Parts: sequence; C-alpha cells; structure tokens
Amino acid sequence: MSIRERLSGNEAIAYAMKQINPDVMGAFPITPSTEIPQYFSAYVDNGEVDTEFIAVESEHSAMSTCIGAEAAGCRAISATSSCGLCYMTEMLYVAASDRLPITLAVSCRALSGPININNDHSDAMGVRDAGWIMLFAETNQEAYDNYLQAMRIGEAVSLPIMICQDGFITSHAIENIELEDTAQVRKFVGEYHPEHALLGRENPMAVGAYATPTYYIESKRLQAQAMLDAKQVILDVAAEFKKWTGRSYDLIEKYQMDDAEEAIVIIGSSAGTAKETVNEMRAQGHKVGLIKIRAFRPFPGAEITAALKNVKAYAVMDKADSFNGHCGPLFAEVAAAAMVAGVTTPKVINYIYGLGGRDVRVESIAHVFTELENIAKTGNVGETYRYLDVRE
Amino acid sequence: MSTQRAKDMDENVTWKNITPGCNIFEGGSSEMVNTGDWRTMKPVFHADKCKQCMLCVPVCPDMSIPVTADGKRGDFNYFFCKGCGICSKACPFGAIEMIKEEK
Repeated sequence: MSIRERLSGNEAIAYAMKQINPDVMGAFPITPSTEIPQYFSAYVDNGEVDTEFIAVESEHSAMSTCIGAEAAGCRAISATSSCGLCYMTEMLYVAASDRLPITLAVSCRALSGPININNDHSDAMGVRDAGWIMLFAETNQEAYDNYLQAMRIGEAVSLPIMICQDGFITSHAIENIELEDTAQVRKFVGEYHPEHALLGRENPMAVGAYATPTYYIESKRLQAQAMLDAKQVILDVAAEFKKWTGRSYDLIEKYQMDDAEEAIVIIGSSAGTAKETVNEMRAQGHKVGLIKIRAFRPFPGAEITAALKNVKAYAVMDKADSFNGHCGPLFAEVAAAAMVAGVTTPKVINYIYGLGGRDVRVESIAHVFTELENIAKTGNVGETYRYLDVRE
Repeated sequence: MSTQRAKDMDENVTWKNITPGCNIFEGGSSEMVNTGDWRTMKPVFHADKCKQCMLCVPVCPDMSIPVTADGKRGDFNYFFCKGCGICSKACPFGAIEMIKEEK
C-alpha cells in the first residue's frame, strides 16, 4: 500500500536512502544536492538507520570512501552536483572499472563559469563516459522510484549507478509523491552480499590491480559487456517494480509518438513542460510527440531510432553543450544511432536549451515544434546546431 | 564472472575469462611477477670475497638476496632482482660486482 506524501526531490532521495539503510555514506555538501546528505545525516543521528556516515573533505574523497567501502563488501552511497561531480571524476572511473556497484544521487547543476548554481546537465554529461549506469528523472516520483531500483540494477551487473534529477527544478520543488512501505522496500532491494570482497578473510583478494597492455583491453571489453547487459536488467527490474507498485518504467518513454510527424528527444524535468506543449498543440491538430530518455547509460539507441523512424522531422534537446562547434552530447549519440540503423529519412536538428537554469516554457518547446513543421514542409533544415531562447 | 587465479592466467586469457577489473582472487600473487626482466645492470656475487657480514640483505628493496637455512648469504634471486645496485654500494668488501645485463 503506497503512502501519499509531499516531498522535494532531495527529500525523496534521502527518504529512499533511509528506507534502504545502506552500510556507508561518504559525502561532501554542494548546492543543490546538499540536502540529501543533510537529511540523511539526521537519520543517522536519530538512529533511524545504522549507516556509517563519513564526512569527508572533498568529493574526490567522498567517492574514494565509497570505493573502499564497496570493495570491502559494503553497500555505499553518495550524493553530489556540478563541480562536485567533476571533482569526483577520477574516482568515478575507478569505481566503474573496479566493478563496484556504488549508488550516487546527482542533483544536476551547471558548471562554472560564469558561476551558476541552477540546473542544466553539464555535470552529468561531463562524466557520461566514466562507465556508470545513468538514469534520469522527470519528477520527484521518478527520482524516488529510480533510486529504489538503482541497487538492484547496479549490483546485478557490478557497475556503479547514478540517479540524476534536475537541480532545484525537482530537487527543491515539493510535489505530491507516492512512497512505498519500508518493509516492502527492503524486501525489493534486498541485502548486499557480494561473492568476493576485501573483508572476505577466507578468500583473500586485491582490488585495483595494475594491468599491462597485455590485459588492459580485455578488462575494458568485459566492462563494456556489463553495460550492454545492463539494458535487460533495467527492464527486468522495472517489470518487477511495476508488479509491486503499479508504476511502469522503461529505457525511454514515448509520449504521443504513434502518429507523430514532428518529435523532440529530451531528458529530465523539461519533458514535463514539453508534454504540456504536446497536449496543447495536439488540441490544435498538430501531430507532435516526444521521447523522454530515462536510461542514458546504457544508451537506448535502437529504441530511440525505432520510435523516430516514421517522423518527418525531430529535434534533439541538449541541456548541455559539448563546445565542439557542432552539436550537444545527446544529439551526437541519437544521430549516430539513427545512422547505424539506416534511419536517415527524418530531418534532424539540435537545440542547446535551458543552460544555467534558463526557464524552459511551453512556448519554448512550441517554438521548436513550429520550426520542425517548417523543416518538414520545406525540406530545408538550415542550421542544425541551434540555441533555444537566447536573446539575439 | 571469472574468478580464476592469477597463476592460471597468461597472455592468452580472453576478455570473457579475465577477472572483472583485473581483480586478483588470491594472496601473494606478486611472487609470480618476474620483475627480473626489467634489469639492465646485473649484480654478480663473488663468494670468495664475502665475509658474511649480511649488510647487503636488509638493503635489498625486493627479496632478491636469500638467507640459507644455516644463516649464510645465498646467491641472488634473479627472478626478482631489478639490478638497482644498492647491495653493491652497501658491500664493504667488493663481493658484489655490477655488470651489464646481457639478454
């Protein structure tokens, strides 16, 4: 039986952490994720969890703490944002390559400079190749639900997992939410008993070995397989989660795509705004739709391409720029997936939007659809690398 | 996933059989690593000049100077010796000569 509540996205994550009662949290505060370890440390102080809370001096140390704990056989968690995630980067790669299923909550925020504390996806996109599974949430509910599924996914393939939500937009906004019963949560998530761990006295092991060129690439190929395997695990865990809660999840969400002629591909909270735009434009007879990416790593290239193959034109929405003078990171991957699948009929453009917390309105997305309709009608794509809602 | 022992793995191991993250599932696996093949200079032990003072044994950064059961200095273990030459500097009697390694 679900419990109806009102929580911010950060509260929802901290609450999920409390319900799971992990072994170790290593964390350092940074806006807008600060509240997560803050709320959680209160649970530690109140004795509501028996987690070892390790206050460290930096995010690099926070992730190092998690790596040590997870390698020792513990379930380790952290939370961060923005420059904090950047500062963790070196250790993010170590966590993934040492195959340690750590869970990291990210409240996404812009990177400096100019200094800015508001939302975009520059931080998460900056570490997209670190080898972590990455799930993104549109709402507080999705952030909570993704977190409840995270450890099952990561531990099944021995890869760390990032649960991303949009800083302030969902991390600080209070929304209605359905929480699950703690006993049921613990039953679903289960306990972590790795087959091999540093503290397994009977079976000594070493983690973090040096690999010469003779072994390194085989090790990376094995790591790549774990990410390939993660796709089915995400679907399996979602199916089990649906049976329990009734809420369904997939790698992507298709919204009004069945007969769509123009579509956008988008990640995170702006999908909610874009759905409103789709509703309004559909009411006026425009055949528009959207694809929201929940699993960015592993990248659901085939699924996105299959959903887009019949549209006339689509736009890939990037809440981060790659500054390559060409396109954003999501566009590059969507376009590559389409090319691989031989789906080259739809016209495609890229929008960089919402950087540093720039509000994304229903009219912003309507402008994108109007541009797509013009492209579909004229066949003239024009500039593919575009900025949305920037003052000219 | 593979948990095969380091001693059973060689350069023919496939990606499916390599251990995750190259994790090592046994203790003391450094004993299997032939660090001796890094050597460019090689120490040669002249037993006739050795006074059994044992100054060379503790200065070896590896464990390349064995001590025999009867407490005598044994000959070099060239499987581990990297040829650093510290033992040669420590020897007051010229019993350890550094020569160019020929392979």
